[in-house]
Amino acid sequence: MADIAHATRIEPLAGRIGGAAGVALTPAAPANRVSLRADPADAKALSKALGLDLPVTPKSSARNDHGRLVAWLGPDEWLIIDENADPLTDLVKVTALHSAVDISHRNTAILVSGKGARATVQSGCPQNLSDKVFPVGSATRTVMGKIEVVILRTAENEFRVECWRSFSDYAFGMLSESAKDCLA
Amino acid sequence: MSGANRIKGKGRLTPAKTLRFKFDNKILTAVEGDTLASALLANGIHLTGRSFKYHRPRGMLSAGPEEPNALMDVGRDAVRRTPNIRATVQEVYDGMQTRSQNRWPSLAFDVGGLNNLASPFFAAGFYYKTFMWPKAAWKKIYEPVIRAAAGLGVAPSEPDPDHYANHFAHCDVLVIGGGATGLSAALAAAHAGAEVILCDEQPETGGAFHHETDATIGGQPGWDWAQKVTAELRAMDNVRVLTRTTAFGYQAQNHVGLVERVTEHLANPDPSLPRERLWQVRARQVVIATGAIERHMVFANNDRPGIMLASAARTYLNHFGVAVGAKVGVYTACDSAWNAAFDLKQAGVSVPAIVDVRPDPDPALVARAKELGIEVLAGQAVLDTSGKLRVKSMKVGKTSGGSTRDIPVDALIMSAGWTPSVHMYSQSRGKVVWDEESQRFLPGRNVQDCVSVGACNGDDDLNDAIAAAAKAGHEAAIAAGSQAGEAWGAPEAETQTSWAGNMMGSAAGAGADTTVKAFVDFQNDVTAKDIRLAVREGMHSIEHVKRFTTNGMATDQGKTSNIHGLAIAAEMLDKPLPQVGLTTFRSPYTPVTFGAIVNHSRGDLFDPTRRTPMHGWHDAHGAVFEDVGQWKRAWYYPRAGEDMHQAVNRECRTVREVAGMFDASTLGKIEVVGPDAAAFLNLLYTNSWDKLEPGRCRYGIMLREDGFIYDDGVVGRMAEDRFHVTTTTGGAPRVMHHMEDYLQTEFPHLKVWLTSTTEQWAVIAVQGPKAREIVAPLVEGIDLSNEAMPHMSVREGKICGVPTRLFRMSFTGEAGYEVNVPADYGEAVWKALWQRAEALGACAYGTETMHVLRAEKGYIIVGQDTDGTVTPDDAGLNWAVAKKKPDFVGIRGMKRPDLVASGRKQLVGLATKDPGIVLEEGAQIVADPNQAVPMTMIGHVTSSYWSENCGRSIAMGVVVDGRALKGKTLYVPMPDKTIEIEVTDTVFIDKEGVRLNG
Repeated sequence: MADIAHATRIEPLAGRIGGAAGVALTPAAPANRVSLRADPADAKALSKALGLDLPVTPKSSARNDHGRLVAWLGPDEWLIIDENADPLTDLVKVTALHSAVDISHRNTAILVSGKGARATVQSGCPQNLSDKVFPVGSATRTVMGKIEVVILRTAENEFRVECWRSFSDYAFGMLSESAKDCLA
Repeated sequence: MSGANRIKGKGRLTPAKTLRFKFDNKILTAVEGDTLASALLANGIHLTGRSFKYHRPRGMLSAGPEEPNALMDVGRDAVRRTPNIRATVQEVYDGMQTRSQNRWPSLAFDVGGLNNLASPFFAAGFYYKTFMWPKAAWKKIYEPVIRAAAGLGVAPSEPDPDHYANHFAHCDVLVIGGGATGLSAALAAAHAGAEVILCDEQPETGGAFHHETDATIGGQPGWDWAQKVTAELRAMDNVRVLTRTTAFGYQAQNHVGLVERVTEHLANPDPSLPRERLWQVRARQVVIATGAIERHMVFANNDRPGIMLASAARTYLNHFGVAVGAKVGVYTACDSAWNAAFDLKQAGVSVPAIVDVRPDPDPALVARAKELGIEVLAGQAVLDTSGKLRVKSMKVGKTSGGSTRDIPVDALIMSAGWTPSVHMYSQSRGKVVWDEESQRFLPGRNVQDCVSVGACNGDDDLNDAIAAAAKAGHEAAIAAGSQAGEAWGAPEAETQTSWAGNMMGSAAGAGADTTVKAFVDFQNDVTAKDIRLAVREGMHSIEHVKRFTTNGMATDQGKTSNIHGLAIAAEMLDKPLPQVGLTTFRSPYTPVTFGAIVNHSRGDLFDPTRRTPMHGWHDAHGAVFEDVGQWKRAWYYPRAGEDMHQAVNRECRTVREVAGMFDASTLGKIEVVGPDAAAFLNLLYTNSWDKLEPGRCRYGIMLREDGFIYDDGVVGRMAEDRFHVTTTTGGAPRVMHHMEDYLQTEFPHLKVWLTSTTEQWAVIAVQGPKAREIVAPLVEGIDLSNEAMPHMSVREGKICGVPTRLFRMSFTGEAGYEVNVPADYGEAVWKALWQRAEALGACAYGTETMHVLRAEKGYIIVGQDTDGTVTPDDAGLNWAVAKKKPDFVGIRGMKRPDLVASGRKQLVGLATKDPGIVLEEGAQIVADPNQAVPMTMIGHVTSSYWSENCGRSIAMGVVVDGRALKGKTLYVPMPDKTIEIEVTDTVFIDKEGVRLNG
């Protein structure tokens, strides 16, 4: 079977570019993603396996030196994003009760960066994303326009907007529209 | 000079900056900063439109948002045209085109004016009473004619080419209104360290200082102080100042909607700018500083062009440098109109008389009038006016009666006092309270985190009001969590203008008879006599009076008319005014465009369009798509020269003869993981899952609590503690919620978690005799033989080098696979499979063929063959209900007497006697076609298709006790014929199911 051509990964937003004065919209690089569900009491064992401390505070995230990112989505739910290693591999050996489901391809992400990044994301999202309430490192599962998204603030002027792949066209369109007035 | 009535040296505009605009067919000149109203007045034009009901000539009443009369059609071109724009708030830009409304053939001569002559017939409630009979005529004749004649302005017919922005904003303190008190509150809050948003609907802050020029704050003229404070606020990092921004809706939990007009005042707006911005503000604290609105006097013919509010005339003079007339009469019950008269007189305008209904006005005002040479007529009233297209004279006489006198005027300014603007407070759900001493409604207890300051709170003294506002701003900041910061000391303020004096209801000239037109509500043409009539006819609640007369129901929401209407009703009812009540203020405060409300949500962004990973391939291969919820699904793939019927026939035949490929990615998928996964599924499905081995699948049915079918799908067991659940496409989100709901509320003891994986997997169904041949060469690590992988099994391995969950299952009745691959690989794997499929003579098929093929096998579609009232037994699916399970969702519902009684509709096959006839889905079924209408209907057709494979039409339907009727003849009566059908089994092809195992 050596002649089977290996299927290539095609991201839903591949090749899209967008933005306006003050903000750039970039499709995020392909990543491994895991939806992790577990009793928070088992966070320690899971943290050890994952190589970072699972955040247990609402609306927070954690990141390790290898670029692995974990967002708190609920008392027993985390979203793990890793552009290099596969978190599932690390979780296989964990004996503590948990559910780890591969959602690498379910989600895709848009990176929003620049002076107008916050205003661009805020335009479609009723949650308060201000520096005071939503500082760097914050994460939230919320709505943007008519879809569900996970918003992570990765730097002062950088946001990562995660959404399901079939909603990514809408998300990119919403952000492109919002970008036009991000310096208001 | 831009207009004959512009007074040199008056106003705050720069005369050199002139603009040109078009009014009907005239080109006129304006000055930068003019409103359309001030520019028209500068050109001596008062007449701006015809009234709504009587088509009476009307002009500007006000200089602000409360304007009921001067509604015009304004635009920059044919597609950017908006009707019913208030001339008093629309700024003029170079090249602006404006048109008067509600007149034909011209503004000066209007045929609709006949309504005015016929007005005795158009009393309040006229429409309710007159067009009662004959009943049928209402819909066909009366309503269309009335609708065509009614309405103001013409809606644009072209799509709006502009874009609109939306911003969610969060702040500590939102200040609504940029007058003296709003600015003070904002500055105090900002100094205390709060994040502040200040909005004002006018182009610049300053509020009442637009007209009141005799006030000083901190030793500076009020206007200058306001501009200085605004500049200071703008320079602060924690403050956002929004001018041209109206707070129009105060919702729950301090959610306040603001609309900012971004380009409506610009001649050549930057196309990248939004036309308007919607600001959805969530504020910890709100300071309401919305001021007060002056009321007109209610007397006979008080609506002629040239008759306007005193504060408006003073604004036109002091801000815009425009005299509203050369000979201006004054009619008042309030002190502030005197100051307007003084300003006019000092600017060189003739003021023949100040008529004050009060017998003893403030002696200081009287002295000042005398000093300026203005005649004072105290204790007198304007009883009537004359003039056709503009007021010509006022008839003056004592309120107690006696002789009268006509005084020639070309404008008449009036004031009945000031109504606090409690709109925002009322919208916040606060209840206004009647203040007996000052005879007005004022804000009562605050029900949200807000406070009212200044004129809207009845704070009459400027100095005290500013001090109170500063205190309120500081306290709001502290309440919002500000710790640091300094207190801002309010400066001393004083003014020569008093706003004292208050008259509500009709004045002496309003007449008690039934012919006098003394207008209460200008926009809806409601007069004092209409309100009296309403009360006489039995309307005793203000809510009834309002609806009977339409008083306050126009787009201005009765900003000038509500209190007058209320007072007249109270007088008629002989009740104290507060007992008659006040109507509730509703959002929006002033009209808001659909563009602003809708903002991004139009075109592609109206609703998300969901596409599968293989969408591009389908598109490139000529697929016609159908909408399934938000999804675009390939419907069929017509080849050159094929219509839908031919394409579907070919696809159906090819799948059964060779094979076909189908994009099933939209199917809902849920990963159920945990040691109690099987126990959980036992509770959610009618089937039993305990004995399903890893690697096997089963068709499952899910019920609601009431025992009816909710969803169905194939569930694969990936491991002891892991299931791959599939749902219908449309059911995906609700099934997930249904399962999560039960897990969290009914079965929280179970150790199991649910994760939606609908979009993780692209699903390629390969179905037909050659399915294995197509798939096999691309698969690694899975034995595809019938023995190793029989029908209804699932394996994990690789396809095209990427991971797959490969299901052996079928929704066509053919042997086949559903290839699940991570979605981003979907297109590549589809293409690889297609390369093989095409070479073997297989086809791609769409949802239509999928529907036909499954119907040939009698497989139901939840939502098509079921409608929420179908039990598993009704659908012939009893085999899928575990008999020994102690519990599952719906088990008790299924046992309800009605659900087990005979006479229920059961799903059966239906074969037309004429094989060429395809029944209509939804058509009703009867036993006896010759019975009288209405016939007894015993069922209906749920699915019906032409089946190329059967060489005839096929159908399914639900029929009362249908399974017992097999072989019997029933009838489907249609408008043109009655179709004979035979009740059959639901399986039309391969009844033994041998093909599945091929």
